[in-house]
Amino acid sequence: MSGLKPSAGERAFDALNIVVLTLLSLAFLIPFLSVLSTSLISAEEAMRRGAFILVPERIDFGAYDMLLNRGKIIYNAYKVTLFRVVVGTLLNLLFTSMLAYGLARRTLPGRNALVLIIFLTMIFHGGLIPNYMLIDKLGLKDTLWVLILPGLISAWNLFIMRNFFLTLPEELEESAVIDGANPAVILWKIVMPLSMPAIATIGLFYAVHHWNDWFGASIYINSQNKLPIQVIMRNILLTGIVHDETQVQYIRDPPPASSLKSAIIIISTLPILFVYPFIQRYFVKGMLVGSIKG
Amino acid sequence: MAASKSFRSAAAPGLRASRRTLWTAVKLHKFYYLLILPGMLYFVVFDYIPMFGVMIAFKDISPFAGVDAIFREEWVGLKHFERFWNSYYFWNVMTNTLAISGYKLLFGFPASIVLALLINELRNLVFKRVVQTISYLPHFISNVVVAGLAMMVLSTDGGLINSLIVRFGGEPIHFLGSPEHFRSILVISHVWQTVGWGSILYLAAMSGIDPGLYEAAKIDGAGRFRQAWHITLPGISPVIAIMLVLSIGGLLNAGFEQVLLLYSPAVYEVADIIDTYVYREGLTSLNYSFATAVGLFKNVLAMLLILGANYAAKRMNQTGIW
Repeated sequence: MSGLKPSAGERAFDALNIVVLTLLSLAFLIPFLSVLSTSLISAEEAMRRGAFILVPERIDFGAYDMLLNRGKIIYNAYKVTLFRVVVGTLLNLLFTSMLAYGLARRTLPGRNALVLIIFLTMIFHGGLIPNYMLIDKLGLKDTLWVLILPGLISAWNLFIMRNFFLTLPEELEESAVIDGANPAVILWKIVMPLSMPAIATIGLFYAVHHWNDWFGASIYINSQNKLPIQVIMRNILLTGIVHDETQVQYIRDPPPASSLKSAIIIISTLPILFVYPFIQRYFVKGMLVGSIKG
Repeated sequence: MAASKSFRSAAAPGLRASRRTLWTAVKLHKFYYLLILPGMLYFVVFDYIPMFGVMIAFKDISPFAGVDAIFREEWVGLKHFERFWNSYYFWNVMTNTLAISGYKLLFGFPASIVLALLINELRNLVFKRVVQTISYLPHFISNVVVAGLAMMVLSTDGGLINSLIVRFGGEPIHFLGSPEHFRSILVISHVWQTVGWGSILYLAAMSGIDPGLYEAAKIDGAGRFRQAWHITLPGISPVIAIMLVLSIGGLLNAGFEQVLLLYSPAVYEVADIIDTYVYREGLTSLNYSFATAVGLFKNVLAMLLILGANYAAKRMNQTGIW
C-alpha cells in the first residue's frame, strides 16, 4: 500500500469488492428484516392484500400481543432458558475448570491415561438410544436437570482450558509453596485470578450453547412448563398455534399464523442480537486459541 | 517429577509394592485427585455407560424392559445390522447422508476461503469490521431460528421468495415439500450459517503472511489478483489442507438438527439421513435395538474417518489435530 499509486484496475477491483461484500452482508440481514416485517402484518391486511406482502401498510403488534400478553408461556420458557444459561454455565465452569486444572498438573501420576479416557469420548459415542435409555434410567427425564447434567463438561472446552493452565509458569506455584501456601490457596488466590480471561471465554461458549440448545429438551421434557424458549419456538413454527391453557380466551381478530411464527422468531432472537456485538470478539479469540494445537 | 518417577519405577517389582506406591501417590496428590474426581465421574456416567450400552445392538431390547433385561437377554449377533444392510433404507440414508454433506463441503468449503480473500483485500478497516461482524452473526443463532428463517422466507404464505416469484408473474413454489429443491435449501442454509465463521481461521492465517512478500511482488509488477493467487493462497494452503482433511473426517454428519427441523415425509427420499433415520426408528417406532445398531454402524465408520483424517493430516504436516 506504500508509495505506489493504485492503478485504475485496482480501483475498479476495490469498488467491485465493496459492492460484492455489501450485497453479501445484506444477504445475512434480509431474512431477519423480512421476518420482522411479516411479524407486523395484521389479519385484516393479510386478508385484504392476499398472502404476499413485502412491506406492511400499517404496523400491527397483534402477534406480539397474543404471544406476550395473553398467556405466560413465553415468560415461562424464558425463565427455563435463563435458568439453564445461568445455573448451567456456572456448573459447566466449575466442573470444567476443576478437571482441567487437575489434568494440567504435570507431575500427576496417571494423568496421560485420564486424558486418553476423555479424548476417546470425542471420537466415539454410544449414540442416541443408549443415551436416551441412560437418562431415562437415571430418572432425569422431564426434570430441569436434564438441560444441564448431560452436557456438564464439553471435552473440547476442557482441553482449551487445560492448555491455558499449562501455559501458566510453574515458578508461580513453586514460589507460593515456599511461602507456605497449600494447593487450595494457590488455586483460589493465584491461578483463578490469572485465568479469568480464559474462564470468561469458555463461559461464553457454554452460555451461548445453553441459549441455543433445543434437541435434548425436545426429547427428554414433556411438561410444557419446563420447555426452554427454543423448543416453544419450534412447536409454534411447526403448528402455527400457541399451546397454552391460559390462552383459551376469545380473541376476535387473531393474527395470521405467519405473523405469529415470525413474531416468535423475533422475540427469541432479540436478546442474542443485543449481546452479540459485545461477545463476538471473545468468541473469535477463543476459537483461534482452541484451534491451535496445545 | 520425583513422585511420578518413583511411582513408575516401583510399579514393576510386584503388586503389593505397586499398590503401596499408588497409595502414596494418591495421598501425595490428594487435592488434585479430588479436583479430578467429579469430572471423571461425569465422563464415566454420561459417555462410557452409553458406550457400553451399544451392546443392546446385539440383543433384542424392548423399551419397556428393566435395566436387568440388558444383561439377561440373549445375544442375537448381527441380526439388526443385517436387517439394516438388506433394507431399502440402507442405500437411501447412505446416499442422502453422503450427498448432502458432500454438497455442503463442495460449496461451503471454498465459500469461506473466497470470503476470507475478499475481506482480506478491503482497505477500509471500518467497513471490514462491519462485514466481519455481520457475516459471523449466523454462527450465534440457534438452529431452530435458522430453520425458522428458512421456513418463513420460503413460505407460500407471505414468504419473501414466493412474494418475488408472484410479483414477477410466476407460480408460488412449495420449496420445503419439493424433492427437487430440498437439498439445495439445506446447502444454501448451511453455507449462510457457516461461511462467515469459517473464514476466521483463514483470515488469521493471512494476517501471518510476511508483508515483505507483497512489497516484493508489487515491485515486480504483480497486481492484486496475482498477489492473492501467488502469495495469499499459498500462504494459507497448510490451513486449507488441514481444514479439508478435518471436514472429510466429519463427512457422515450431514446436519442432523437442520434436517430434522426442516424435513417432512414428502422429501424423505432425498432428505432422510442416517441420524434422522435412527431418531425415527428409535424414538418414534421404539425399535431400540435396531436403531442402536444403525447408530453404531455410523459411529464406527465416523471414527475410522476421523482417525484416517488425522493420520493424513499428520503425514501432510508432521502435526495432527492431536
